Amino acid sequence: MLKIKGLSYTVSDENGTKKILNGIDLEIDTGRFVVITGPNGGGKTTLAKAIMGIVTPDSGSIEFDGTDVTSLSVTERARLGISYAFQHPPRFKGLQVTELLSIAAGKKLSTNECCAYLTKVGLCTEDYLDRDIDSSLSGGELKRIEIASILARNSSLMIFDEPEAGIDLWSFSRLTQTFESIHRKTGSTIVIISHQERIIRLADEVILVAGGAVTHRGNADTVLPHIGDPISYCSVKEA
Amino acid sequence: MAKLSQIELNMLRQIADLHKVPEGAYNIRRNGESAGRNSSENIEIVSKTDKPGIDIIIKPGTKNESVHIPVIISKTGYSETVYNDFIVGEDCDVLIIAGCGIHNSGCDTSKHDGVHTFHVGKNSRVKYVEKHYGDGEGTGEKIMNPQTIVYLDEGAFIEMDTTQIRGVDSTHRYTRIELAAGSETLLLEKLMTHDRQKADSDMEIILNGEDSRARVVSRSVAQGESEQVFHPSVVGKARCFGHVQCDTIIMDSAKVRSIPAIESDCVDAQLVHEAAIGRIAGDQLLKLMTLGMSEQEAEERIISGFLK
Repeated sequence: MLKIKGLSYTVSDENGTKKILNGIDLEIDTGRFVVITGPNGGGKTTLAKAIMGIVTPDSGSIEFDGTDVTSLSVTERARLGISYAFQHPPRFKGLQVTELLSIAAGKKLSTNECCAYLTKVGLCTEDYLDRDIDSSLSGGELKRIEIASILARNSSLMIFDEPEAGIDLWSFSRLTQTFESIHRKTGSTIVIISHQERIIRLADEVILVAGGAVTHRGNADTVLPHIGDPISYCSVKEA
Repeated sequence: MAKLSQIELNMLRQIADLHKVPEGAYNIRRNGESAGRNSSENIEIVSKTDKPGIDIIIKPGTKNESVHIPVIISKTGYSETVYNDFIVGEDCDVLIIAGCGIHNSGCDTSKHDGVHTFHVGKNSRVKYVEKHYGDGEGTGEKIMNPQTIVYLDEGAFIEMDTTQIRGVDSTHRYTRIELAAGSETLLLEKLMTHDRQKADSDMEIILNGEDSRARVVSRSVAQGESEQVFHPSVVGKARCFGHVQCDTIIMDSAKVRSIPAIESDCVDAQLVHEAAIGRIAGDQLLKLMTLGMSEQEAEERIISGFLK
């Protein structure tokens, strides 16, 4: 189970300070398929990065499967079973797709195993195995390889940050099947940050994050009507 | 082959991936003397009579054969200049594996200056792999100054893959390639410096012939207080294509100067250069850390991939 209590995060620049996360409380049961949605700038990515340890909150706590991970490093959280697919994955000169997948899996993967992961994200595998993850890849290709790396990681909590961005319709359809399949076949907790109704409708539960707070949670039909609501720091409305 | 010590065998593994006596033609030079030599039916290796070094003569039409010519220096304070000439006949396809390893356990400077000259015949293809490596617990410097001159005949091709692995205190590299019509070169130089090491690399690629092509990729990592200077220059004297790319990862308090140059004497020469110097991107480190690597493991992985 993931338990987040009073999570706050503030940034400061020349224009003053801005609260990105405003005391978020959130619990997600093990094995759930959750979609976090909400307006741009509402705090979704920051929340995901705080769970992974990439962002250090000002206050609050994060507990994962009974362990307080608030002060743990990114590496320690990864080794405990948290993974995060970047919204904007980095490129690497000299790191091949098969190597990244093997690093993610924690062991040297066979060609067949790599192919299986790439197929799940809609990539024609033979063409990609030996490719460097560099500027020769399109944004959509990079994004799908990023998702494949999380599939290879196979951790107990998988967070995907806008996996649909830059992906064509056919691959998007393949991707939704993959998310459904992981949910069905593994006991992993899946958290997807998304604006896409098709992904939102796959979820056991939808959480609306706006203005740095959880404003609504429930099923898709309950939450979707509130996506355009004016941002207010209201209390959570359970479905 | 003469009996080699464990240290010497380790150097052979580092610079030439040699775990045993190589197949085909080879010449192993140790502390200025031959520690083993073999000519094959198509590749003849003969000692020079006027100066230190060898001639490697590859018969026309030789295909899918290799020649290993590693150099190891394990005697502290030993310095040498060696001249190796490669005469590659027409229509060949060969692999040449060179390399130099210096183990210095003393306080005197050990130095190897290798002067290689290639004459590559018409329509021949050569892959040249060279690795430089230094180790040893002594305070004596390990210095390597390779000079490589290549003449490509019409339609010839050479791929040069050179790597300075680590442990070389000072190097001044000079590479010059002259290309005739329809010939092509791919030059990949990888270089790692650390501590207070210094590395200079000068290259001159002269595209003399119509439709000659050159692609130069320089990748380096500068750590510690090391200093690197790159000056690759591509000169177009005919309708040709040339591309120079220099990429450096800079770390700690290292200093790097990257000065790629392109010069054209012909309106139809198409020449491009690009250069970048920067630290390891934070999101690259983070990505690998989210996959369970420590920050140090992630850094080492990024560097080894970059210099692969």
